[in-house]
Parts: sequence; structure tokens; C-alpha cells
Amino acid sequence: MNIDVQKVAMLARIRLTDEEAAELGPQLSNIIGYVEQLASVDTDGVAATAHPHDAAMPLRADAVTNSNRRDALQQPAPKIESGLYVVPKVVE
Amino acid sequence: MSWETVIGLEVHCQLNTKTKAFCGCSTAFGAEPNTQTCPVCLGMPGQLPVLNKVAVEKTILTGLAINAKINLESKFDRKNYFYPDLPKGYQISQFAVPIVEGGYIDIPTKDGGEKRLGVTRIHMEEDAGKSMHEGLDAVSHIDLNRSGIPLMEIVSEPDMRSADEAVAYLKQLHQIIRFLGVSDADMEKGQFRCDANISVRRPGEPFGTRTEMKNMNSFRHIKQAIEFEVLRQIEIIEDGGKVIQETRLWDSVKNESRSMRGKEEAHDYRYFPEPDLPPLRVTQEEVDQLKAGMPELPAQLRHRFEAEYGLSAYDADVLTQTRELADWYEALVAAHPADPKRCANWMANELLGRLKEANQELHDSKVTPARLAALLDRLADNTISGKAAKDVLDAMMDSDDSADAIIEAKGLKQVSDTGAIDALIAEVMAANPAQVESYRAGKEKLMGFFVGQVMKASRGTANPGLVNQRLKALLKG
Repeated sequence: MNIDVQKVAMLARIRLTDEEAAELGPQLSNIIGYVEQLASVDTDGVAATAHPHDAAMPLRADAVTNSNRRDALQQPAPKIESGLYVVPKVVE
Repeated sequence: MSWETVIGLEVHCQLNTKTKAFCGCSTAFGAEPNTQTCPVCLGMPGQLPVLNKVAVEKTILTGLAINAKINLESKFDRKNYFYPDLPKGYQISQFAVPIVEGGYIDIPTKDGGEKRLGVTRIHMEEDAGKSMHEGLDAVSHIDLNRSGIPLMEIVSEPDMRSADEAVAYLKQLHQIIRFLGVSDADMEKGQFRCDANISVRRPGEPFGTRTEMKNMNSFRHIKQAIEFEVLRQIEIIEDGGKVIQETRLWDSVKNESRSMRGKEEAHDYRYFPEPDLPPLRVTQEEVDQLKAGMPELPAQLRHRFEAEYGLSAYDADVLTQTRELADWYEALVAAHPADPKRCANWMANELLGRLKEANQELHDSKVTPARLAALLDRLADNTISGKAAKDVLDAMMDSDDSADAIIEAKGLKQVSDTGAIDALIAEVMAANPAQVESYRAGKEKLMGFFVGQVMKASRGTANPGLVNQRLKALLKG
């Protein structure tokens, strides 16, 4: 299977040189080929698996359990202004 | 040859849960930026989402209200894209198996009938944060208080054929959601947001290429934006061009839309099953229980008001616009049960009109159902005339005094005492001998003149029916 490595890299926001892309292309194809073997299994009459554990989802009561920890949570952010995260301009 | 418009709508509606979809952060509106966040809704590594039970229940209720099928097992998926207001780099949504599928909403048509519009699905997802660009140069500001607030995305079939039908559908949906109490659905606060997929075609032909219109935050903008887009597409095609499938942003200041091209190319969401969440299972018993506790819906309420209180379709519609209006009306009828139609007239025409003029909300008004009922009692027992009742209502708008106290203070009590009225008539006749003569000579049109004079002499308090009756008798001579 042929993979557009640069497109995948762009979607994942990873910058690759052409050399790296050339090297990764065959590796990714190998991985996909390996997984594609699953397609040969006969799954007629087998329900799709949504999750490996056959557990239903636990639900949470609608009660506030978190308090304001802004200062601590914003520690790792590179830039803050009046409590707002500052990021490079997003053009709409 | 004519063109046919085809519209499908996607509505994002914020559920009014106390906490976010997957964490225990508050959803209260208007908090200081980033004070309602935690490692889960900030997308920090190693955190796991746990779904809010009430969000599930509210989505099921909405599904039941639009006559849809509730999937007892549904699944969550990741929708992947990069944007600074989406800290995880993906939005948890339901792609393959949504919780609600296949419902409908009936809208009234101009000929008095109804048109059924299909709802494809409702799925649960989480909201993104808020980006702010205004007044900033090279940067944007991000507030993540909204990140993770539960949303329903309600997707319609492409069943609408005009901007008016699209707006009618949205108004019905908005009203249903408000009646259910599952969302505050305040459009100005972005709690009820609509995207429209719009295309045109020759009647009978396959669908044309559609564009998606975003950024319309009132019913009026939605109508304008759709009408603008339909004309734009028709012009392109009639000039020999082709409509490009793209997303467009409505600019409500310039009254035009502009292309969002550029952002489009990156739209490759690579949905895959959310590994952090097992399937969502609900039982039929739980669904039935929610159904049993479902409040009366707008359409049911309208029909009941017409049948039970004998209201016109118009009054029933006005008085069921919100749950609050309907409850107020029923409280008024309970306090003045003699005449539900009089209650409807005075509430819909007199009270709501005055509130609108004074820019007041019903729940802020000094006029309560009990106070208005006391006034209507005085009208019913002929203590005051209809005109005087309007004056009393005017006074009640800014006074805590009872209707009786106002009637007393303003001397509005209707004079229904024959002796007193006869005395007034005698005065008027004495002051206008020439008119009396003409009347007696056969000029009966002068009756109106005499009624007016007597009413004036009584400063509006004479009972007009009685004045008429006594005048006829006394003018005969």
C-alpha cells in the first residue's frame, strides 16, 4: 500500500525532510500490510467490536467536583495574559 | 425555469448540565477565563474521561421528543483536528453509532397544514474552548472554560425547501428543547448554534453542489444568510459557472458571506473509535422511565389550550411560546375561571403588549396572575368598563396596589345607578335643547352625540349600556 507520508505528517503536524519521508514510507507500508492480514479473517455474522473490554460505560453523577486550580494548571503554558492562554494568531 | 432550494441543518446545542461531559468542572456561564478547567478538559496526558449521566438522559429526552429511535448501545469516536481551542487535538464525538437516530419535527405551513421534516440523528459530543482575536495583533487568546461542555449535534434531513421552512424548523426545535429544559438554548450565548447546508437545483433533478454556511447567531441572520446564499448560487449557475463545495462564514454586519477556503483542505478528521470509552449502554426501562416523566411538549400544549379553553389557534400559539407563558396563563385561568378567553385576550393583547413597550419580562412584572385576575373580576361584574380596566392595568404596571384600590383611588367605578344616570341625562338635555328637538323630529343619528355627552359628564364612569337604554327612554319625552 502506498502512503502519502507528507500528507500524514501534515495532518499530525510533524515536519519531515524528504529523506525522512522516503525512509518512513516503506516502514509505514509494512505496518499497514501486517495489519491488513486481518482483512482475510471471515467476520460474517460477527458483531463489530467497539471496545476490547466487554464492559458498559460507567457514568458519573452531574455534580461539580473540581475547583479553580488555574494557577497550577497554567504552570506549563508558555504564555498567559490575564488568565488567557496566548497562542500564535489563528486566522479565520 | 424556476429553481428549488434544498436545505439541511446541523444544530449544536449546549446541554444545561451542571458539569462538563467528561469531568466534574462547572459549566456556569460568565466565569473568569480558565477557572473552570481540569487536567481532563485541558487534554493533559494520562487523564481519562467519565461520561456525565445527566447529559445522556437529556439527549435521550430530546430524541424521544422528536419521535426518534434511541439506540440502546451507542459508541464514541475521536474526531481529529488541530486548533488551539481544542487542547486534546481531537473532539470526543459519536460518529459510527449515535445515541439517537431517525426522528422528525412537524412545522406549520401557510395553508394551515403541517409539513414533516426528518431528523437524521442526534449525537453527543463535547464543545471546544473559545478563541478571541479581536483587538489582538499577532496572537489569539484562548479560554478553555467551554472546553468539554456537553453538546448535542442535531442533524436534519435535507428536507427544507426555503429559508422560511428552515427557520420554522429551528424555532420548533428551539421551543421543544426549551420546554424539555435540556438546554437554555440562548442563541446570543452560543448555546444553540446552527450551520446550514444549502444547494439549489431544477425541480426533479438530483441535488446540486452544496455549501455550508456558518456563523449565524439569530433566526433573522439564518434567514438572511440562506436567502443570500441561494441567490449567489443561482447567479453562478445562470452565468455558466459551477458552485464549489466549501464552507462560508456569514457576516451579519455586511449582510454577505465569505469563503473559508484554506481551512477546508485540512479537513480530514480520521475518525476512529475512542479507546478511553467503552460502549454506552442504556436499558429500555431507563428510556421508558424518561419517557414517562417527559413534560408536555409545545404542540400538545397548543392543542390542549384550543380544546380546553376554546382559544383561537393564534392565541394558543402566542401563549405556548414558552413554558413560563403557558404556566402564567394557566395560573390566571385558575384565578379567573369564569372566562378563559377573556384571560387570553387580556394576557396576550393587553399585558404582553405593555410588557414589550416597557421592555419588561413577565417574571419581573408587578402584574401577577392573581392581580390580573382580580382586575378581570371587576370587569366581569360590571364594576368598571373595559376602558377603565385598561387604565387600571396601566397603573398596575408600576404599582403594588390592588385593582380595587386603584379603581377606588382613580374614581373609575362604573355608575350603574339609574337615578344617577337619569340626573346626568337631564343635565345634558337641558344644556342642548336644539339637539333634543332635532332628535325628536326624527334625527336619530344624534343618539351618538348624547351618549358621548353623558359619558363625558360622568368622566367615563357611566355604564354605557345603561346610558343607551335610559337615553332612549328619556329622549322620547
